[in-house]
Order: sequence, then structure tokens, then C-alpha cells
Amino acid sequence: MDILLPVVAIGGMGLIFGALLAVAAKIFAVEKDERIPRIVDVLPGANCGGCGFAGCGAYAEAVCKGEAEVNCCPVGGSDTASKIAEIMGVEAGDTEKMVAFVKCVGKTSVATNRYINEGNLDCHTAHRLGGGMKGCAFGCLGFGSCVLKCQFDAISIEDGVAIVDPEKCTNCGACIKECPRGIIESIPYSAKGRVACASKEKGKPVMAVCKVGCIGCGLCAKICESGAITIENNLSKIDASKCIGCGKCTEKCPRGALQIDVADEFKIKEPAQA
Amino acid sequence: MLKEFIIISIGAILIQNFVLVQFLGICPFLGVSKKVETALGMGFAVVFVMACASAITWAVQQLLVLFHIEYLQTIAFILVIAVLVQFVEMFLQKSIPALYNSLGIYLPLITTNCAVLGVAIVNITKFGGAELSFLKSLVYGTSAGLGFTLAIVLFAGVRERLESSDIPEFLKGMPITLITASLLSIAFMGFSGLSF
Repeated sequence: MDILLPVVAIGGMGLIFGALLAVAAKIFAVEKDERIPRIVDVLPGANCGGCGFAGCGAYAEAVCKGEAEVNCCPVGGSDTASKIAEIMGVEAGDTEKMVAFVKCVGKTSVATNRYINEGNLDCHTAHRLGGGMKGCAFGCLGFGSCVLKCQFDAISIEDGVAIVDPEKCTNCGACIKECPRGIIESIPYSAKGRVACASKEKGKPVMAVCKVGCIGCGLCAKICESGAITIENNLSKIDASKCIGCGKCTEKCPRGALQIDVADEFKIKEPAQA
Repeated sequence: MLKEFIIISIGAILIQNFVLVQFLGICPFLGVSKKVETALGMGFAVVFVMACASAITWAVQQLLVLFHIEYLQTIAFILVIAVLVQFVEMFLQKSIPALYNSLGIYLPLITTNCAVLGVAIVNITKFGGAELSFLKSLVYGTSAGLGFTLAIVLFAGVRERLESSDIPEFLKGMPITLITASLLSIAFMGFSGLSF
């Protein structure tokens, strides 16, 4: 009997308080959009901020409030977009998977340096130090500031140049913001042609510093049957919507054929390694 | 009688300040004192919880004494405090969501705030079951909360000014915060000379 009294006393207190709280919960109930947690569930949860919001939770809230589209998550892509659209009860537009792409293939073997760099720099310091040691003022410095920023292990430095693995890349944009050269851009995953050079210099200075840089000769533009290639600022530019991926430009390019790649070949030539 | 209440409240606010003299409730004191506004909000939440806790634990204590199970004091008091904090949390979330967001984790942490349990226990040891002890407990609890508010608001004011001052690198952040807190504490020790 000695044990009964305390048990009943404390248990009774608990019951009374519990009941009071239950009543209070009803009175002070906050109406929360019950779709928010469901959207958070289908989001990847990387909190990378690629959508432009503080994290997956903030994005889910914005979607529910109608402040954001359902297809803003670059990581989840169209899969996630259609799931969110289902929750929100709207149609999801097709979202093309985009990937980051480094517009430089000037590896140490083909691009010359202006000075010898000693010490452990990162891209930003190197860029400030007389514009970097690379002869080309547009080329990838290869210190891997973008690699450090990548949360998805999608970028690696190969022979002095950053390479993005399109399979792992989620297009969160962290590397694009990080690159002091501004030579990483976001392109459609399925883009057949891509120009792997960012140099706006004329032909001669490019030839002096890099064996594979685009000189803006325009041969690719002439050979292209679908009219997808134009020359802008001494650099060829491919209109992804017109390119059919015939690969003629690649054959024609006098600069080591690395400049304009057909998607399938691109993967063979540049095996993306983690 | 009124004189007695004034003495109790001055004692709880200044002489035996919960944070700066008795060192109870340091966690929210350091955690929520970055802005005066949130510090004030936290202070009033604590005042409310302490006042209610004083009143309810007094009643609970009478029950415990009645059944001769005083050894259950701690568990019973924690139960009361937890319920009160839950209640405050619901109330804030509904009425003042901005304050609710800025208090963050520290709001549920009032539950484990030793200052609140401290008030309840000091009430019992100090006033016992004597005449008027209920009112005294209530006054003491409220004043203790006000003392907490005073300390945390003063501290937040100092910290706001620290934000814009030129502090040596090695003292930035927590070190200067703790030094400030200890100076404030020493200042409050000065009140210990007050006696009635």
C-alpha cells in the first residue's frame, strides 16, 4: 500500500496536466500547412541552397505559399518536381536536368604558365596574384576552389583542370559562384555540343599560350549544317536547341578537336572520374 | 505585511539575483542575450513560468505534505514546470510567432532551467507552510523572474555594444562574453551589503 499512494498521486497529477495541455493545444492550435513536411520529405535534404532559398525547409514553405515554382530544386530535378507538383496539385513543367561545365581543357601539358607557382594557393589567391600563373587569363587555374565547394563530390582536378562529373552534378551552382575566373556555366545535361574554352582573346595570343584554345577561326560555324554555331568575341558558341550532334565541327576544328565535342564522344574523351 | 513583500522582492531581484549571484539559469542567460528584444521576451517568459510555478508548486507541496510523500518533490515540481513551459510555448507560437522563432531552442530549455526549479525549492525551504506563505511564494517567484529579466536585459545591452567595438582577436566571441558576465556578477555582489 505504501507504493500505491505516490504512484496514484504522481500519476493523477500527470493525467490532470496532460488533459489541461490537450485543451490548451486545441485553443492555441497554429494552422500549419500540412503540405510543408510532405514536400520536405520528397526533397533531397541536402540543404545546398541551389534553389535560392535557405534550405529544403525554407523552399518547401515558399512553394506552399506560392512564392516559388515546384521545379526550382536543381538537385532533385524533374523527379522531385513532379512529386512536389503532385502534392501541390499542379502540373509540373518539364525540367531539363542541367549540369555544371568547366569551359577549359587547357591541361598542364597543353597550356603554358607565365610563372612558376610554389606554395599551396587556392584559385582566388592565384587569380589575384598577377591574374594567375596560367598564360591564358581565362583558363582554369586548377587549385580546386570549386572542388572544395562541391557538396556532391562531382568535381575533380585532372592534370590542372577541373572536370565536372555530369552524373553526380546536381547543378546547385556552388562552383559557378566560387570560380574566380567565372568559367563554369550551367548547361543542359543532354547538350550535344559544348565549347570547352572561355578565352575571348584573338587567335594569336591564344595560340601563344594554349594548344587547345578556341581561336575563333569560324571553321566550325561554316561546316555546321544546322546553323547552330556562331562566333562571338572570338569564341564559338553553340545553340543547344539547334545542335543535332552530327560531330562535323569536332572533326573540322583545327585546335586538337577538343574544343567542340559531341556529347557521347565527350564522355569517352573525358572520362569523368570522381 | 507590504513591507515584508517589498523586502522579499528586493532580495530576489537585487541581493540574491538568480543569475548573477546564485548562478542559476546561466544557459538562457548566455544563449538568448544577443539582442535586447529577444532577451526581454525570454525574461517575461521566465517571469510567467516562475510566477505560475511558484503558485502551483505551493499547492502541490501542500498535497505532498498531506500524504507524507515529500520525497517526490523534485519529480512533481519538474512535472509542473514542464507543463507550464509547454503551455508558454503553445501560447507564444500562436500569439507572438516572431518571438517564438527568435527564442528557438531556449524556450523548451526553460523546462530544464535550474532557476525555475530553484525558485520552487527555495520557496519551500524559505517559507515552508507558514502563514501567508502562498502570497510570499508568489511574490518571490515573480521577483526572481524579474531579477532574471533585469540581468539578461542588462547583459544583452552590453553585448549589443560589444558587437560594434574593437575587441582583440583572441577575446572575440565567448571569452569576452564570459568576462562581461563575470564583471556584471561582481557588480551585483555589491548589493550584498544591503540589509534590512
